[in-house]
Amino acid sequence: MNLPFRRYWQTTLLVLVVIGILVLALSGYLGPLLKLALDPLVGAQGWLSSRYMAVYEFVTVPRDVASLRARNAQLEDDVSGLQTQVIQLQQQQRQAQVLYALLNFARANPENEYVAASVIGRDPSPFLHYVLIDHGSDDGIRHGMPVVTQQGLVGRVDAVTAGAARVQLINDPGSQINVKLQSSQTEVMLNGSITGDINLGMIPQDLNLQPGEVVLTSGLGGNYPQEVVVGQVVSVRKRETDLFQTASVQPAVDFNSLQAVLIITNFTPVNVTPLIPTTSP
Amino acid sequence: MIVLLIIQSVVISRLPLLHGTADIVLLVLVAWALQEKVKHAWGWALIAGLMVSLVSAMPYFSPLIGYLLIVGIARILQRHVWQMPILAMFVATVGGTLVQNVLYYLALQIHGTPLPLNESLSLIILPSALLNLLLSLPVYALVSDLANWVYPVEVEI
Repeated sequence: MNLPFRRYWQTTLLVLVVIGILVLALSGYLGPLLKLALDPLVGAQGWLSSRYMAVYEFVTVPRDVASLRARNAQLEDDVSGLQTQVIQLQQQQRQAQVLYALLNFARANPENEYVAASVIGRDPSPFLHYVLIDHGSDDGIRHGMPVVTQQGLVGRVDAVTAGAARVQLINDPGSQINVKLQSSQTEVMLNGSITGDINLGMIPQDLNLQPGEVVLTSGLGGNYPQEVVVGQVVSVRKRETDLFQTASVQPAVDFNSLQAVLIITNFTPVNVTPLIPTTSP
Repeated sequence: MIVLLIIQSVVISRLPLLHGTADIVLLVLVAWALQEKVKHAWGWALIAGLMVSLVSAMPYFSPLIGYLLIVGIARILQRHVWQMPILAMFVATVGGTLVQNVLYYLALQIHGTPLPLNESLSLIILPSALLNLLLSLPVYALVSDLANWVYPVEVEI
């Protein structure tokens, strides 16, 4: 056989083998054989890939940890900043609620003119119950002006500077207020104490006083306007041997959480001191 | 001193034990007066007394008199108990608190404010003394550091 004829048959055979393999592959008869041949290769590739990734991570992970730590620190900063914002907004919301309540009270009582002020401190002495407010004579506040909240009577202005004032609370031991009982309109005296409790004195023995009675300012003495709520009677002490009854009063205002107050600026207290008779020398 | 007064008015006065409160101005004055190197304790007592008298409703400048008396007690103790400054601090704190509160009590009584003695003693004076005693040690440590910073020890070379 000559050489060109042999080459022709070899090529033809090769083409036929390739076509046969393709036909077998396309018809699906070659799958098990391929699986048998490829499984060891896939396993080897998987093993190699996992080892490569292990080495890759060993080389690159420290850099990732550093970047993750930086990112974590940044996110923690963001979270703390947002938490601060949340706290500030909650405080602003509480202040706004207090101011809205005071505003509603001022709208409900249009006969009075008010100046709103924030409580900025307390008297350093534990014997006294005074608070400091952030408005003074520059805002029209004068000595003796009554101080209220939407809940009731707080006290009265005791001392004033240009930008601040000191308010004597009604539960101060030196505070004495003329009040009346709502149902009977009986005039009695309200006294503060060093414990911060307020008590009614000078209650006539024949008066049938019950817990729950509302106490209002009477306006007597000229230091406070009339009909401002002071509190409610909690308990009554009545002894046959005493000249008068006494009673404990729950103040309408919570003095421990006092944040903002209203000063009634169109009320002029009356100074009755010159009218009090004194013994002549 | 202004910062101390603000702290007293805003924070310390709102943290009572029964009805007594600590007095951070008193504690700092006592601790400052007990420092051996300090020479202007009286001046600070005068400033503190005037400032507290201005802010407080206490009559007759009683805070001023009280702080001057307290610094006097502290200076006497500093001379006699100089080897044990912590002990002097404790004694001056308790003694000073009692002197100051009794002075306040008397001033308010003279001024016409009715104060029952038993309640004043059990609800205000003794709790205040206890609170001051508890705070005296950290305040003394801080003021000692401050005194060493203000008056550094001179070393001869």
